[in-house]
Amino acid sequence: MTLHAITVLGHDRPGIIAETTDKLAGLGLNLEDSTMTLLRGHFAMMLVCEGAAPDAEIEQALAPLTADGSLTVTVREVPAEHAEAGAGTSWVLSVHGGDRPGIVSAVVAVIAGVGGNITDLTTRLAGDLYLLVAEVDLPADADVAAVEDELARVAGDLGVGVTLRPADTDEL
Amino acid sequence: MAVNTRVLEWTETDLGVAGEQREVVRAPAAVLSAVGETVDPTSPDVVRLAADLVATMRVSPGCVGLAAPQVGVGAKVFCVDVSEHPKTRGHHGTFVLCNAEVVSGSRNEKAREGCMSVPDFTGDVKRPSRIVVRGQLPGTGEQVELETEAFEARALQHEIDHCDGMLFLDRAAGAHAVYARKTYL
Repeated sequence: MTLHAITVLGHDRPGIIAETTDKLAGLGLNLEDSTMTLLRGHFAMMLVCEGAAPDAEIEQALAPLTADGSLTVTVREVPAEHAEAGAGTSWVLSVHGGDRPGIVSAVVAVIAGVGGNITDLTTRLAGDLYLLVAEVDLPADADVAAVEDELARVAGDLGVGVTLRPADTDEL
Repeated sequence: MAVNTRVLEWTETDLGVAGEQREVVRAPAAVLSAVGETVDPTSPDVVRLAADLVATMRVSPGCVGLAAPQVGVGAKVFCVDVSEHPKTRGHHGTFVLCNAEVVSGSRNEKAREGCMSVPDFTGDVKRPSRIVVRGQLPGTGEQVELETEAFEARALQHEIDHCDGMLFLDRAAGAHAVYARKTYL
């Protein structure tokens, strides 16, 4: 099983996803995990697909997308990763406030400082309002109250609000 | 669900003052992230604030609730009126509560919320769909307890959160649970 990580970035227009996935399907590639979104109006696609086609052949198939210079495509073979079932706890971190440089770096440093792992993170800017929402895994032995205190201290210095709440799942 | 008839019968005319429209503030205004002060529901300032909240809600398209921090006042006062909303089941019409708190809640449900103070985003938030809320009516100051469900329950919790310095952004269900708003009311 060969995995390929593919990115498509650039000017948004209708049909990018249709064209990209058509080329990949034509090579017999199977789309596994993907994220496709707009970042300040720019189209951004990241995906991992599985299939025997070599990187060079995939690049060639996707070349028409880049012909007018509006999109950038990268293709790279990647090894299989096995996500470890964590023994830790899952949290949702939310930060919002007036936009300024350094909010993300200061807040995530607190998580990294206790060995926490961020598994998903989205930021958005609208007007002067900056928003960060992240999914965080904390080690089982992490002192959550101390993490919250440190997040509050860092957020206070930045003049933003921070909330850390359990990512509780309702098992049905 | 038992409707509290005292709350249902209450209207803003009970306040005895004509409300005036106030300007709605937007995040990242500091007042939206500060815990509101507990108020004296019988004080003339609070009665006027209550009337103004209702008046501002009435002229704001699609608005089903408004809390004091949203008009720049850090106080535990909010108004709600979900009676015209299509998602409403039971409701208590228009009312204002002071110093309100959620006493109990059950049956969590996730739904997408918007807010006049966060006009560019919407977000998925999980909240109890059946709750009991206790608070005081402005003017008389009498304590009331009401049981509510569905959309009114969500609106009440959203407004009580405002009074506690919380936005729906603080309760976003996950990293992909906040969305850029596409349609504006």
